[in-house]
Amino acid sequence: MITINPFSQLSEFIPSIAMQIFVVVMIVLVVAGTVIDMIHKKNVKYFFENAKKAKKQATRTVSAGKKVSIVIKTVASDVLTTSELGGKRRLAHLLGMYGTIIFWITSAIMIFNYSTPESVTPSILPLLWHLGAIMICLGGYWFWIFLRVDVLAEGNPWYRVIKADLFVLSLVVTATFGLVWSYLQAAGISGWDTLFLVLFILSNLVLFGGVYWSKFAHMFYKPGAAIQKHLAEADGSNENLPAPTDKPKQFGLGINREAPKHY
Amino acid sequence: MSTFVYMTRCDGCGHCVDICPSDIMHIDETIRRAVNIEPNFCWECYACVKACPQNAIDVRGYADFAPMGHSVRVLREEEKGTISWKIKFRNGKVKDFVSPITTKPWGKYIPKLAELEIPSKEALDSQLLYAEPKGLNIDTELPEMKKERFKQGVYY
Repeated sequence: MITINPFSQLSEFIPSIAMQIFVVVMIVLVVAGTVIDMIHKKNVKYFFENAKKAKKQATRTVSAGKKVSIVIKTVASDVLTTSELGGKRRLAHLLGMYGTIIFWITSAIMIFNYSTPESVTPSILPLLWHLGAIMICLGGYWFWIFLRVDVLAEGNPWYRVIKADLFVLSLVVTATFGLVWSYLQAAGISGWDTLFLVLFILSNLVLFGGVYWSKFAHMFYKPGAAIQKHLAEADGSNENLPAPTDKPKQFGLGINREAPKHY
Repeated sequence: MSTFVYMTRCDGCGHCVDICPSDIMHIDETIRRAVNIEPNFCWECYACVKACPQNAIDVRGYADFAPMGHSVRVLREEEKGTISWKIKFRNGKVKDFVSPITTKPWGKYIPKLAELEIPSKEALDSQLLYAEPKGLNIDTELPEMKKERFKQGVYY
């Protein structure tokens, strides 16, 4: 199953061009959803106004070279390894994030290049597609059931669904339905494979069509916010925060931070 | 004064939810970021401001005694055991303070409520608060003021 390109098999029933149009429509939905989100929430406007305000409070001038190095460091640390999060949350986020990237890229490659019944797909692509989906499920369900702040800090049950869950839930459900559909199709269990294909399509529509209502766009906003944070640290404005102290370790009693689950 | 959250900084970790003694810091159901659900009930204790690992929580002063343009921000560095304050006055004057962290670990002086028994309905309906009357160092019921001991002219 994991070395079979599910889209190649699917092309016996659904023309390749239809699949390609579906992918393009999903991309358009993401772009449109993000733009409407930005217009409605005015978050980008706030972000740039805040950056301008911070610049006025700057105590140092940051050179262009230094700015580039801050951006590179932020991308390497805050974006690619999500250093903002710690411990298990970071691991779950990395699993979900890289799983999603692998899943989407391999989906696009297979749909645009190897989605005819005759096409011979390099086995690495379906392998990565399934691996990506499994990574999403591992990171997503781990986060969903155990690590979600609603469960960990608020003490709510894992099955309580709120609007903020739209993104993570539609993502893990998409990966799950994709895996089940691929298995059923490879095993030749007709009827059930069609059902899970429909569910896979519907969950994709919710995931990409729900950008305006979900947290999907955080993947575009978060890197920008991280860069601004580090630039503010470098120019001395630092959002009016005190500078780090020069005291040695354990200057006082100190206390190690505990996981926020004392509800 | 009451706390508010910079949404671009908050990562929804839940430390403020955990520590708020007034139980007003919660997670927003739409964007999964922290939010002060009832600013009127904020004690201004700064517990959440200090606990926030992202420094995403700030305190908004009332305009009558904390005019626009001021700022009181805090940085807690656990590995050093320090807590630093930066007070910025409206006229631009800045004062910096550094103190040792004196917070006690969870469970040492702060009860682990999650491990305690859920109070019965009678206990919830009674006038006694948590840990009373033992916490008041008395073994009897709450002390009662007899009406005849009231000052002259005070009646209920």
